[in-house]
Amino acid sequence: MYPFGYQRIDTPQALKAAQQRQRGEADKAVSYLAGGTTLLDLMKLGTLAPAEILDINGLAHDYGDISWADDELRLGALVRMSAAADHPRIRSDFPVIAQSLDLAASPQIRNMASLGGNVLQRTRCNYFRQTGWTACNKRQPGSGCAAMEGVNRKHAILGVSDHCIAAYPGDFGQALVALEARVDILGFHGTRTLPFHQLHLAPGSEPERETVLLPGELITGFHVPIGPWTRRSLYLKIRDRESYEFALVSAAVAMHLDDNVIRDVRIALGGVATKPWRAHEAEQQLIGRRPDLPAFEAASKVAFAAAVTRPGNRYKVDLGQQTLTRALLQLAEMEV
Amino acid sequence: MSGIHVTTKINGDEVQFVCEADESLLDVLRNRLGLTGAKEGCGTGDCGACSVTVDGRLTCSCLVLGAEVDGHDIGTIEGMAMGDELHPLQKKFIEHAALQCGICTPGFLVAAKALLDHNPEPTETEIRFGLAGNLCRCTGYDKIVRAVQAAAEEMNSAKKIQQKVA
Repeated sequence: MYPFGYQRIDTPQALKAAQQRQRGEADKAVSYLAGGTTLLDLMKLGTLAPAEILDINGLAHDYGDISWADDELRLGALVRMSAAADHPRIRSDFPVIAQSLDLAASPQIRNMASLGGNVLQRTRCNYFRQTGWTACNKRQPGSGCAAMEGVNRKHAILGVSDHCIAAYPGDFGQALVALEARVDILGFHGTRTLPFHQLHLAPGSEPERETVLLPGELITGFHVPIGPWTRRSLYLKIRDRESYEFALVSAAVAMHLDDNVIRDVRIALGGVATKPWRAHEAEQQLIGRRPDLPAFEAASKVAFAAAVTRPGNRYKVDLGQQTLTRALLQLAEMEV
Repeated sequence: MSGIHVTTKINGDEVQFVCEADESLLDVLRNRLGLTGAKEGCGTGDCGACSVTVDGRLTCSCLVLGAEVDGHDIGTIEGMAMGDELHPLQKKFIEHAALQCGICTPGFLVAAKALLDHNPEPTETEIRFGLAGNLCRCTGYDKIVRAVQAAAEEMNSAKKIQQKVA
């Protein structure tokens, strides 16, 4: 690892002071450290080299709780993946959240990784992670994209650009997008709250910009609204191995079924897109329909209509459609 | 670089050390404290050979900075046996030949203990998923799974006998 400074942040006041200092040193790369499972990994690889690390684990009293309001679930950013995945009420009332966390990573990593860090995890694109590859627009803007003509079996087919086809690697982010969660972001001037789907950016011509977070800003928590679709929700993840593997394709789905008619449905796709991906057009196809195989197959086709493939990842269109159809069938059959 | 002073508990004993910012907890355990049970396999959280517990939670010590554990309780493989009396998991790993080269074994034992602490009667599937963060290139995993099953059985029957006596 490159040398770096280390500071513990144990109080909101210390955080504010650190954010003020960062405003005066805009060129200095500062990273927050929570679980460390992405940050330290990429620092060891040399992919990331922050000059200073602010250890925010001491803020768990402020941002480490799971709580409930009448109309929403609140998740502190310092809640660990395993704590949310094992929470009995999240398992029963928000199965898609519990499953997206439970099916990710390993027991060790789930115990360590925070929810705030989870949504910010970096792509698993090998050409980004391994600095021996010279062409990566995300790591080195303007250097090109080795994945375009390289091994791109695991890369994205939705939301891609001529500059980057790296897939967003997370699972939990898809659940948040599907459930229309909001995210709290604390900066020097206070907290702003955004719809979660606005947090991530598609690569466009600036793949190095992955989120709308400004320097010094910190995710402090998530709000997930409770709706008539949240109990009937699930996460289906298809991958090369049954555990400890990233998704080739995944679907986070939620549905409000009433009198055997789809009143509302939410669909987010993972493993196939450059950011947590909401399939709005597919949802529109289903509203007012009966929950049957032809309807689900038609909607799944729509969800992938805009796919842009490379030779290595062309299979993801078929696999994605089948995954989504299967997820919707399972969803319609769920006992709630 | 000025060192960072850390006070922690390791296997129940208070320990103080000074480390640099870029030293992992694994580096500190092995190079500063002489606790060489935890191993460095990948160094990036993939193999689990460095598994320890932090405040009872199973963790990869290669992805924790030494500086981070100030005020926390660490459990390592060195704290697993009671003196010369091996833990039932250790005994069953030997009986079932659940190791060959042995470099992954401390990590598997720490992970298996964390699994049984959390879930004393796991199914075979739960054992396999519970140990998914630990890699072994020698055993093919079957012997490890059976050793954990046997240890769980022994620990549970010992508990039942204790309950009857009480």
